[in-house]
Parts: sequence; C-alpha cells; structure tokens
Amino acid sequence: MSFDPKSRTLFEKIWDDHVVSRAEDGTCLIYIDRHLVHEVTSPQAFEGLRAAGRPVRRTDCTLAVMDHNVPTTDRSQPIAEENSRIQVETLRKNCEEFGVQLFDLKDKRQGIVHIIGPEQGFTQPGMTIVCGDSHTSTHGAFGALAFGIGTSEVEHVLATQTLIQKPAKNMRITVNGALPTGVTAKDMILHIIGIIGTAGGTGHVIEYAGEAVKNLSMEGRMTICNMSIEAGARAGLVAPDETTFNYIKGRPMAPTPENWDKAVAYWTTLYSDEGATYNKDIVVEAETIAPTVTWGTTPEDVVPITGCVPAPEDFEDANKQASAKRMLEYMGLSAGTKMQDITIDKVFIGSCTNARIEDLREVAKIADGKKVAKGVEAMIVPGSGLVKEMAEMEGLDKIFIEAGFDWREPGCSMCLGMNPDQLKPGERCASTSNRNFEGRQGRGGRTHLMSPAMATAAAITGKLSDVRDL
Amino acid sequence: MTPFNKLTAIAAPLRMINVDTDIIIPKQFLKTIKRSGLGVHAFNDIRYNEDGTENPDFVLNRAPYRDAQILITGENFGCGSSREHAPWAILDMGIRCVIAPSFADIFFNNSFKNGILPIVLPQEQIDQLMEEAEENPEALIEIDLEKQTVTRGNKFSFEFDVDAFRKHCLLNGLDDIALTMEKGTKIDSYEDKVKGERPWL
Repeated sequence: MSFDPKSRTLFEKIWDDHVVSRAEDGTCLIYIDRHLVHEVTSPQAFEGLRAAGRPVRRTDCTLAVMDHNVPTTDRSQPIAEENSRIQVETLRKNCEEFGVQLFDLKDKRQGIVHIIGPEQGFTQPGMTIVCGDSHTSTHGAFGALAFGIGTSEVEHVLATQTLIQKPAKNMRITVNGALPTGVTAKDMILHIIGIIGTAGGTGHVIEYAGEAVKNLSMEGRMTICNMSIEAGARAGLVAPDETTFNYIKGRPMAPTPENWDKAVAYWTTLYSDEGATYNKDIVVEAETIAPTVTWGTTPEDVVPITGCVPAPEDFEDANKQASAKRMLEYMGLSAGTKMQDITIDKVFIGSCTNARIEDLREVAKIADGKKVAKGVEAMIVPGSGLVKEMAEMEGLDKIFIEAGFDWREPGCSMCLGMNPDQLKPGERCASTSNRNFEGRQGRGGRTHLMSPAMATAAAITGKLSDVRDL
Repeated sequence: MTPFNKLTAIAAPLRMINVDTDIIIPKQFLKTIKRSGLGVHAFNDIRYNEDGTENPDFVLNRAPYRDAQILITGENFGCGSSREHAPWAILDMGIRCVIAPSFADIFFNNSFKNGILPIVLPQEQIDQLMEEAEENPEALIEIDLEKQTVTRGNKFSFEFDVDAFRKHCLLNGLDDIALTMEKGTKIDSYEDKVKGERPWL
C-alpha cells in the first residue's frame, strides 16, 4: 500500500522516498541516509558484524562520537571508571577496524550525538536518520525522519544501511499564536506532553506546525522534537523552511556549493500537502502556555510554575492515582505545596534537549550579575566542544563562573548520570534534561524538568521560581 | 535468536504503569560490551535495597514468581530509552513474554529481536490475568504464538494480535540481517537511483 500521492503528510513524503522494497502486508525495507553511533549501544552491534564477517556498508554515512560515559571534568587523564573507559576504548577500536569516522574525546567537535549531527550539517531535511538512542527524534527539527533504534537494529543498519519497518501513523500538533514572554520551546513541549501524555504519541510521528513553531529558531525546534519520544512518539517533524536552510548552509557536512540549489529545491517540496490527513490532530494556543515544570516521575506530570503539587485524587484513573501516590512519595512532596516553595539542591543545565548555544545565551542573560544561591550546586555542561568554544568566544563562560556556576566539558553528563555527574539519594535537581524517571539522575534523585531560563532562576533563588518575576 | 512457539509458565503480576527503561535496567549497568549477564541487575532499584539485599515487596523476589517466565504489567511498559539492555536484562532473568495494555514502540520492537514476545491485551483482560496471577500464584498460563492465544486452563482464553512478519521471525528464530542481505541487489539499485536524484546525499 502506498500513500495517496496528491495529499501526503511530510512523514509520508519522506517515507516514500526511502522505500527499497515493500511486502504485501505493508512491511517495508527503508533506506537509512545517516547513522549516528555512540559508545553505549554500539559495542554488541560491532561484535555481531565481526562474528558474521560483515563490513559496515556505508562508512561515509556513519558518524561516531563518545558522549554518554565521558567525564565532564579533566580530560587529560584516561577515564577513571573502568567500565566507562572500556566502552569508550571499544568504540575507538571498532571505528578504526570498520573505518567509521569518530569524533574522539580530544576533538573539539566531540559532543552529545544529537548536538553534533546538526552542528556539522550531517543532519539535513528529507533524510532518514537513526541512532541507538531514543532522542534521535531531535533531528526531526530539520524535516528529517529521525528515530531511535535498539542495538540489533544498529547492527542491521551498519550491515545493510536499511531497516525493516512499517509506516507510523500521523499526528499533527499545531501551536497557534505567539509564546508569551518568558515562555520557551521547552515549556511548549512540556505543556504538550502534559496534554497528550507519555503514551499519547505511541505509534505516531508527530508533526509540529503553527505560527509558534514556525517562529522558533532551529535550537527551539530541536528542543521540541527531542522530547517527542517523551510523548511516546518515535519521531517529531517540523517542515523545513528558510530558517532550516540558513542554519545548514556552510556547515562542514552540508551539501557542496554545486549541489546546494538542487538540495534546496528538493527540501522545498517537503511539507504536508493540503488535504493530508492525520490520525490525531491537536491544536494548542501558545498564549495558554506558562513556564512549565514537572512535579512527578514521568514527563507528563507537569504544572505551570504558578501551580501546586497535585493530589492523587485529582486523577480519574485508578492506576494513575496509585502511580501519583508513589510519585509523591518518591519525590518527597505533599499535595497542595506551591511549586515555588520547593527548594532545590542542584541545577543541571545541559543535555541533548537544552545544551546548544542559544540555551547558554539564555542562561547568561538571566545569570548576568547574579549569584547562584548558597548551598546550591549548579552545573552547566555544553552540548559540544564547538558550543563550548563559541560560548567562551562570546564571554558567556565568564558570566557563568562569576555567578558561581560550574562550567564543564561537553557530554550527556547528569541527564542520565552514566559518568560521575549524579544526584545523591534525596537530592532535588532543577534540570533542563528530558527525563524525570525514578533514579534517572542517580538512585533516589529527584528531578524537576524545566527550561534553561527556569533552571537559571532556580539556581539563583535556590527554589523553583517563575523566571518572569526575576 | 531462540525461536518462540509455545510457553507454559508462571506469570508474575507487576502492578505498575509507565515502567520505564531506567526502572528495567538502570544506567550503571549499560556500561557493558556484552549482551549477556544483565539478568541479575534487571529492575535493580525496585528489586534490591540500597544495601544490596532483596526487597521482599518486589514481586519477582517472591516464590513462586521468582520462576516466572511471563510478566503481566500496566500500560506503556518499556517507555523511555532505546536501550536494548532492557529486553536483554529481562530475558536473562528468564522472562520470555510480557503482557500489557500497551508498550512503548522501541521496547516493543527490541523485544521481538531477542525472542521475547510482547502481547497487547485490553485492560479488562489484563485485570483478569493480574487477579488470577495474584490469587493463584502457581497457576500456569499458556501462550501459543501460532494460535495467538493466552490461556489459563479452562478459566479463560484470550486472543491477541501480532504482526505477521514478526510472528514468522519469532516462530522460526530468524535473523533479520540475513533476510535483508538477500535483498542486496534491491539495495544496490536504490542507491544508484538516489545518486542521480539526490546527489548531495
């Protein structure tokens, strides 16, 4: 079954252009244009290739980087933690053996896999992009069909440059109007997940549309697409436009000048046709979105910063009530507490959601001339060596250090705490990352998700705060 | 991959919704370069106390659920990360089948690649299975992939849906990569076509 050629969604257009073969039941073999590889989900895949004597089919379409395990402090010494070191060394050896390009630890292009792809121009509209990481959805900001895969599929792509897939369903989320002052892309996506829930997008690709999305920078679009997986969708999409093309132009892996016009001509065809249909169609008014924070242990448990911690009985479903009870206990919160009365121990500004230069500029704007509250440890982890370099060229690092933030080396860091950056049991963190799951940032750690602006406000006041009041 | 055909086993009721991949296998155990040996760490934070002793409240720490090969649980099981360590871990602790009202996509997909059958059933049927597993812990549940049924003796039998291609691979323990490799010439001609149409790729 193919899609109606006159009224296809953006997703369907990209899908159609990547079908290698289609079985009667609709299962397709689809071609993968770009494959990003990191140290945690690839060792077993390379091991599989080795055992079967298979090469990497398209080394020119594969790019590797170490990010999950890497220390964000001193990099002059080998990684202290043995298992992390082995994983990083294994990636290095595998890339050498199989001829895959690697941004190694001392390369200034090293960084979080979903930050470096766009930064290098490796990510482009209309592509299929995969990585053994669920936040691959980030790249959908460019109008690329990008999704996370498991290690078996990593091996499948390395060996064949294809995947066996069935097309997803289509969902559109239109955000009308303009975002109010102090409200950012992060608030938009947290608000949306609050509406549709963590399983609201399961089986779907979400296309974000509407004036408020169109007016976002590429960084903002990446933030919303990044968290599509938190709404259960494997991929998010934004139709490419001038903002997209301007971002890509001149980047090291962007189309060459002789191909540029051809590429733009193709990219310009990548939008959902008039009359395209969606399995789910949701409309949100931007003016209703406030600075948003999470109170529980799933990204759907959000409230405006002006709100209070909910009670289990506020939920209709019995399973959700039981879950809310458990979450309050885990988070050490009682129902009815004002969000702005919650004090914090740590602040984490970073992750593939919010560690791009625009995020850091936002932090610097608010932190300039202020101080991190006494007793609060606040850490800023840039998304890549190039983001770090740019921030330093702009003098942002001085503002951060002056204000009392800890300015680190790039990596995934405390988003998931695979390196030493972790919360201790009971510690509460204002975090710009994407998951507030139990134990995510360290066993017993308590995470509140929010925007970089809001995390900065929390760092300065020592409690969850409304950035609009600062 | 070990084929999956029929399974008759004890089912453990895990009454939680949104069981995420950080619960199934916390990050500190992802620092491995092997697929095996993760079973002992599955559900680490809810299975063990901080001193490393077993938490007796956790269902899989209790007899006879300790020997369960089927897990019955709440909606959105496996949400979160793409880590295949999650199915590797539960498989390594002996679970071959997870039954829930819904699953996260990537976990669902990863399960099939590892010989684990994820079954989606409506909430009412999950509730019946859950109660049965709680009230009659020794009860054996029979999963028949060929017939696509979940049966408890003569008490109840539910039918489930499964994608035909995935069913075929699971029944026969087929390796996807070998199947795709057979389509090598199709992949070659796709690449040739794209080289002309979209040369910047």
